[in-house]
Amino acid sequence: MFKAIITVKLRPSILDPEGKAIAHALQSLEFDTLSDVRVGKLIELQVAGNDRAAAEAAVDEACRKLLANTVMEDYTFELHEA
Amino acid sequence: MATVKFGVVVFPGSNCDHDAYHAVKHVLGADATFLWHKDSDLAGVDVVILPGGFSYGDYLRCGAISRFSPIMKEVIRHAGRGGHVIGICNGFQILTESGLLPGALLRNRALDFVCKQVHLRVENTGTAFSNQYAPGQVIAIPVAHGEGNFYTDQDTLARIEDNGQVVFRYAEADGTISEAANPNGSLHNIAGIVNAQGNVLGMMPHPERVVESLLGSADGRGVFASLVHAISGVVPALS
Repeated sequence: MFKAIITVKLRPSILDPEGKAIAHALQSLEFDTLSDVRVGKLIELQVAGNDRAAAEAAVDEACRKLLANTVMEDYTFELHEA
Repeated sequence: MATVKFGVVVFPGSNCDHDAYHAVKHVLGADATFLWHKDSDLAGVDVVILPGGFSYGDYLRCGAISRFSPIMKEVIRHAGRGGHVIGICNGFQILTESGLLPGALLRNRALDFVCKQVHLRVENTGTAFSNQYAPGQVIAIPVAHGEGNFYTDQDTLARIEDNGQVVFRYAEADGTISEAANPNGSLHNIAGIVNAQGNVLGMMPHPERVVESLLGSADGRGVFASLVHAISGVVPALS
């Protein structure tokens, strides 16, 4: 059994207006050292089985088919033994 | 005259399905039926309408879950056979998610949900969805969406422009294309596109909401009248 932690974010080339709005708010709070905010999604899920390669392949396929839209988003994931 | 039959797909969370049904059935006098998202039969319809709304609560991404519903397998098959499909608002999002149309609809540039009347310039009148408009005609039509910012990579953008796949563009009332007329940040002010084959249209504005002068504008009926004309050869009478 594995736990997958998946991060989905807008591709770097795409303007993230939500991140920009948060960056403005941080500036107004005088967090002068913080910038370049990007907002994404974090998805956790369980993967049955003990084969790490198979688990990676399943999560990767799920990301490509459903969890991320690769026209506009990039994804990364980590697998932890659960 | 052969009657053209429209099928309006109903997803959990659709909320423009009855408006679309009313537009084609009662205003145009075409045949129409609702298609439930769990159905796996299109009931012999000529045109599938994917209506506006918030299918599956817009969970994950707009249109991402609906794209895998049983009816969508049939819709994709229908489109593959050259059958006509029109996706309005959430329907457009479903069409990009399902790969029937290129690109994606991002969050509006200003983050706001935009609900207002806009103007569109008709860019291509040679399609099954726009043949009842005049080239360059400006139509008044409402938008109501939070994720309507059309995006695609530059190569795809160049391709859809070169192929004449852009059918509607956000414009000023006089037809000028400007940033001020762009309600959501869409690339090239794109409001509606067809696929390369020309049988699938997606658009963010709502033509089904403007089909009767009594309700303020009938500028949207041309979309549905164009479909009737493309399929049956008959121009629906103006009511």
